[in-house]
Amino acid sequence: MMEKDIILKADKISKQYKLGLVGTGSINDDLKRWWYKIRGKENPFLKIGESNDRSTKGSSDYVWALQDINFEVERGEVVGIIGKNGAGKSTLLKILSKVTSPTTGEIKTKGRIASLLEVGTGFHGEMTGRENIYLNGAILGMTKKEIVSKIDEIIDFSGCQRYIDTPVKRYSSGMTVRLAFAVAAFLEPEILVIDEVLAVGDAEFQKKAIGKMQDISKGEGRTVLFVSHNMAAVKNLCSRALLLENGIITFNGNVDNCIDQYLSAERNDVVDISQYKNRQGKGHVRIIDLDVFNDKLKKINLNQFKSGYDYKFEIKVENLSSQKRDIHIGMSLFSTKGQLLTASGSEYFLEKIYIDGKEIKVIKLSIPSLPLTEGEYVLNLSCKSDLNGLEDFIKDSLIINVENIISTERNITKFPREMIQINHDWSQ
Amino acid sequence: MNQNKDKWLYTISPKRKLIELNFEEIWRYKDLLFLFVKRDIITVYKQTILGPLWYLIQPLFTTLTFTLIFNNLANIPTGNGIPAFLFNLAGLSCWDYFSTCLTSTSNTFKSNQGIFGKVYFPRVITPLSVVISNLVRFGIRLLVFTGFYVYFVFFTDAASNASPTYALLLLPVLIALMALLGLGIGMIISSLTTKYRDLTYLVGFGMQLLMYGSAVMYPLSYFKEKLPEYSWIIEYNPVTTFIELFRYMTLGVGQFSVTAFLYALGMSVVCFLLGLIVFNRTEKSFIDTV
Repeated sequence: MMEKDIILKADKISKQYKLGLVGTGSINDDLKRWWYKIRGKENPFLKIGESNDRSTKGSSDYVWALQDINFEVERGEVVGIIGKNGAGKSTLLKILSKVTSPTTGEIKTKGRIASLLEVGTGFHGEMTGRENIYLNGAILGMTKKEIVSKIDEIIDFSGCQRYIDTPVKRYSSGMTVRLAFAVAAFLEPEILVIDEVLAVGDAEFQKKAIGKMQDISKGEGRTVLFVSHNMAAVKNLCSRALLLENGIITFNGNVDNCIDQYLSAERNDVVDISQYKNRQGKGHVRIIDLDVFNDKLKKINLNQFKSGYDYKFEIKVENLSSQKRDIHIGMSLFSTKGQLLTASGSEYFLEKIYIDGKEIKVIKLSIPSLPLTEGEYVLNLSCKSDLNGLEDFIKDSLIINVENIISTERNITKFPREMIQINHDWSQ
Repeated sequence: MNQNKDKWLYTISPKRKLIELNFEEIWRYKDLLFLFVKRDIITVYKQTILGPLWYLIQPLFTTLTFTLIFNNLANIPTGNGIPAFLFNLAGLSCWDYFSTCLTSTSNTFKSNQGIFGKVYFPRVITPLSVVISNLVRFGIRLLVFTGFYVYFVFFTDAASNASPTYALLLLPVLIALMALLGLGIGMIISSLTTKYRDLTYLVGFGMQLLMYGSAVMYPLSYFKEKLPEYSWIIEYNPVTTFIELFRYMTLGVGQFSVTAFLYALGMSVVCFLLGLIVFNRTEKSFIDTV
């Protein structure tokens, strides 16, 4: 049997952070820590950390961003790391790329690690594109010799030939990113750490970038650690995946299973609309709950939408006053860049919705074959009454997340930057 | 193959050794060091009309002002047969190298947190590059100094007593020591300011005070003569020794004692080592607190 060739091994990695501001409180803690240390005792603050759940208020100022992380990576593997915002993915990558050190535990590697955490790090606006290629390459760990031997390829890949001897500050932002990615793409470390760099540039360049990524991982047999929220890309590139939840690895193995668990784990993450404080309107009538059901009438969460599926929304409103009112419910969908995609109001379908004083009513909205493509969208809900006009308006706080990972079932295509998927059919 | 199996190239761990300089690694990043130096040099005066001429104008005008105020107005003697202008130019060139080394290294973590937060490279490269690129600036100042020296000695009678001494051979050592001291103190300050910003405020006016305490615009002997009870402050300051030594080696004025030199040498090395230790401790986790 062949021995496994482990190139990277994480052994009980943990990382603790202190919340809040650095100030006199922290100098107190520093002194305490130092006092424990000179008496030969263990750091007292390592015991009191809590697991890192962003949304719940904890009692301790110290949290564990990562807790007891163990994994191994074989040479040539492409490992995806997925998880919600704040699950600890970036912290893990930062530790891997030696930007920060773990609080406890250690990582051993048999190769150089280069990280691509954010493109364009260290670009200097006053220097020309060519000079910046040298500088950026050196920052990322290339020697001058390596860069010299690749500079033509890099310039060619970036597609900025014409501007290469112009200071970078004259570049458009897209060109800067192209140039930066081009430098990074020609790095040749044994282990490459990549964090969400595919979401850059125009459609043509994205295609090029993803192609290059595939070459790196598949063709050249490089070991890659890849962090992304883009499930399609993870599925495409990775041979194995890790799922991080609140700083703990909850799944390590097959990519498809990992993504499934990731999506189902979010099911428990229920949004409680009644807790939203940031509302506009008179407030005599309030939207108190929103439930979403899929085509199997199963309750789902706001980040589990899938392109092309049917959804039913149940909007629960409560009349807090004692007067009977006639209300309308409005719904609008925005892109995360603030562009209105669609809007609708109940008044066009139901002439009057009467709600008695202190009554709770459920209004239903059905959206067949959701026309949104993969990505995040903002859902706004409003409630108007005949007596007061705008009663309640939940603005910019409901984020829905759409996936189209089951694309083959419903003939869903995916073009970069496309937002709307219309119901369509080609024929001859 | 099996032997190779347990050979890890390196380990990422929270443990900190006292001095953990990986020279092999720094050597591998030598190209980065030179590119940083190149960046610093070519970008300083980009998009200015006078460009590198500023390297000339700055010291000239400061020296002129110093000469007017301290020598013509306050009548501080500079020694017989030594033009005050040349005296001040010598002191200021020296002081300028030390102070720019110190102030620019003391910002290392704060001004580079963007890069440091994204990629790893031996952090010590950044302060090293500052010291080297400042060397270019110092070199230009030395040229300016030499130019005026030649002018005063050969074309006027004002510098009748100015003559270089054999101590001039110590110039490279002097430069290295100034760099070490500036680097050391700068690294200590930069490490301390990552968490608590208080020191940043000290650096600004502290450097100004230190200049007055470093015998830049007066000879040490004159200070001793006028204010003997305070002169220990000036004498214990290693920068005084550097500046006096520089004037001694180039102009032949001032005091040069082996004890003072050895003391300054010791201070520089101790500060540098201390700076390295503190810097190394900080670089691993500064990104969490900066």
